Amino acid sequence: MRLADLQGRAAHEISQAISLSRRNFLRTVTGAACLGAPVLNAMVAAKNRKAVIVTFGGGARDEETFMPDGQENIPHLLHELMPQATFFTNVVNKGILGHYVATASIVTGVYETFNNFAAVSPNNPTVFEYFRKDLKRPATDAWVVAPSNGFARIGESGHKLYGPGLGAGVILPKRLLSAALSANSDGAQYQHLLRDNYETPLYAPSLTGRQIELEQMAQVLKLSVDDFATHARSLVSPDELSVYIAKQLMRQLSPSLLWVTLHDIDIAHSGAFSLYLDGIKRSDRLCAELWQTIQKDPEYANRTTMFILPDFGRDSDIESGGNGFQHHRTGDALSRTTWMMVLGPGVKQNTVIDRPTESTDLIPTLGAYFGFDARMSTGKPIAEVA
Amino acid sequence: MLPKDLTPASFAAYPPEARQLATKQIALLQRLPLVFVPLLLRELIVYDWKFPSERADLDRQFSWLSNLSPAAFETAMSDFTRLKTTPALELTDWVNNPGIFSEQLSAQLWATHQIDSFRKAAVDYVEKSSAPPETLPTHRLGIAVIGQGSDTSAGPLFRKLRPHGVHFTQVKSTAGLQQLLAAVASRAKAHPAPYAHWYIDGGAALTTSGGVTQVSYNALSPLRNTLQTRMQKAYEAPVFDPEAFRTMLAQIKPEETGLAGDSVLNRFQLSLLTEGSGTQVFATTFVQWAAREALRRAQPLTLLTRFAPRQREKQMNELLAERQRKPDLDPQGSLIDADMGAYYNWINQQRLPGDKESAFLAWFEDHNEAVAIAPALERGKRSDSPIDLAHLIEQLA
Repeated sequence: MRLADLQGRAAHEISQAISLSRRNFLRTVTGAACLGAPVLNAMVAAKNRKAVIVTFGGGARDEETFMPDGQENIPHLLHELMPQATFFTNVVNKGILGHYVATASIVTGVYETFNNFAAVSPNNPTVFEYFRKDLKRPATDAWVVAPSNGFARIGESGHKLYGPGLGAGVILPKRLLSAALSANSDGAQYQHLLRDNYETPLYAPSLTGRQIELEQMAQVLKLSVDDFATHARSLVSPDELSVYIAKQLMRQLSPSLLWVTLHDIDIAHSGAFSLYLDGIKRSDRLCAELWQTIQKDPEYANRTTMFILPDFGRDSDIESGGNGFQHHRTGDALSRTTWMMVLGPGVKQNTVIDRPTESTDLIPTLGAYFGFDARMSTGKPIAEVA
Repeated sequence: MLPKDLTPASFAAYPPEARQLATKQIALLQRLPLVFVPLLLRELIVYDWKFPSERADLDRQFSWLSNLSPAAFETAMSDFTRLKTTPALELTDWVNNPGIFSEQLSAQLWATHQIDSFRKAAVDYVEKSSAPPETLPTHRLGIAVIGQGSDTSAGPLFRKLRPHGVHFTQVKSTAGLQQLLAAVASRAKAHPAPYAHWYIDGGAALTTSGGVTQVSYNALSPLRNTLQTRMQKAYEAPVFDPEAFRTMLAQIKPEETGLAGDSVLNRFQLSLLTEGSGTQVFATTFVQWAAREALRRAQPLTLLTRFAPRQREKQMNELLAERQRKPDLDPQGSLIDADMGAYYNWINQQRLPGDKESAFLAWFEDHNEAVAIAPALERGKRSDSPIDLAHLIEQLA
């Protein structure tokens, strides 16, 4: 497929073309099959299951990932994770392409329509509320690690039947680090970890969600402020900080539902292509690290399914209304079409699924997996992994 | 307020030429749907500072709309008329602030899942109202010079451009940049026209001859400092309103920032820094965006861009404090940025009329690697034969 060939074609045709390109390339690189391979592990009882969801806030385009020129940027996804995964080539996001509102849409299974830059809760119940209310799970069993202060309210909705007290704890690592640094004097050494928002770089939202604060972190994660700040010094990016916190959560609390949103890729909004590629490479490596952590932790090994998906794509080079990789503003088919990788017991390995799915299908899928009813979601369970 | 309520007095705050055109076209403006007319006014309100090709395009749109039969006019506007808006949009001052209206409309179209319908309507309108390609006085030529300050490239260069032309691996050059500037000057002399020949530099620009429009990142340092100060204040404020911030940036006037001289070019340069994302802090982004906007708006016959190293990625408040320190540069990352930027320059050039005859050269500055694209050159070829840069540009110019 050449991008130029896509001009003048309908959106669903473009989505299909993207999907086929991804599949053809994956088959070349990994030998992935379209039919299911034997199931890896016996099914785990629903009550013992765990799920880790990793979203890329700031979509990565096929050209920099699954197309031949992009292969070098995602060695871990292609060669380590793909052989163990079912890969969905055609995941379409039909909602608003802003990172907070899009993540909220994935989290609720409904296309949310609020202002992307407003400090508001999702309008519809989140996966965390369904999970905790239906399954009577404690607050310590569902967590979100989010990249930007704007995600402070992602853990629970404003819905009157759910809402306050029923959602997930939200950890904003950069917020914690910032607070930790205010007690110390050498903040300059950590500044590279504190960049908050690439989409509107100067956006500084008010923090009014149920995010965990510094003292709580020390208690919950059994991590001293000094240790946290010291470790942060060895990290190169905000996403590394998020994954570090996610690993601490897994070690100390072993939550059954853990949602991590990576965000380094969104540096693309600055227009610097090399920084965007760096973000992709880092996300690729961090996904593999998380999967390795899952496999090594007895609380997670053989009972955890990991879902990896960008929240949406980025504008294509041929869309004259955009500026290529830099933004996701045109709403063209390439910016809406993305992919999802699923790994875990009961998930077919090295398998490619081409049929269209939507971002909003993830929450009903998690409902089927855990045994709760995502009753207000407009999505449908994805049968292949539900 | 609705379009039918427009009167000449509605445009009292418009600049002189814009007011004159709006008054002349008022009967047409009154017939246009609310969703559409502010989008047209957004262009019209800055008519006084538009490039010649932009003025011609806007004049053509008015002419095309005015000459439609009533039935054809209704058909042309039907997709816009069908879009549902809220009464709140009618209450905005869309005559004097069409940009704000556009932002609010955009947010509403996304929230109500009408953005795809709008895109389709907009694309259809542009296609139908566009004039047949004009005959150019000469073919277009784009030149992208990348890699200033880089000794080597970590990976293969020009991967995206190579399939479209010849990849030269033994380019010989002495004073290569001067040769390229001389080629630009020669074309400017042979085909003189306002804003038809451009030179955009990501660092300090070299001297050019008359007839070449010049923009450089370093020359805009005072303007960038002024903007960075305002941005930093906003960044450090306890509460930040992104919409108000964008509006503040949009309302800055060139004269407030020390820009003097060519008002059209000054407006253009200001827009690069107030409307572009990343242009304020990264020189590579500045050059790519400036080239995109120059091609889109001025449609030059000749465009030479020279990418320079950008500062390293840092926390936003540090990036904005560039003026207070010597920037720590990232030549290797900048080379990757510029390689992609060169590709985008070519794509944006190919969107303009005359694409089949146009030529393009991308050169790794002070190195022996280049890609040349032109109708007479084969696509996807590699040449390991020695060739002088002067000879190469002579073939393309």
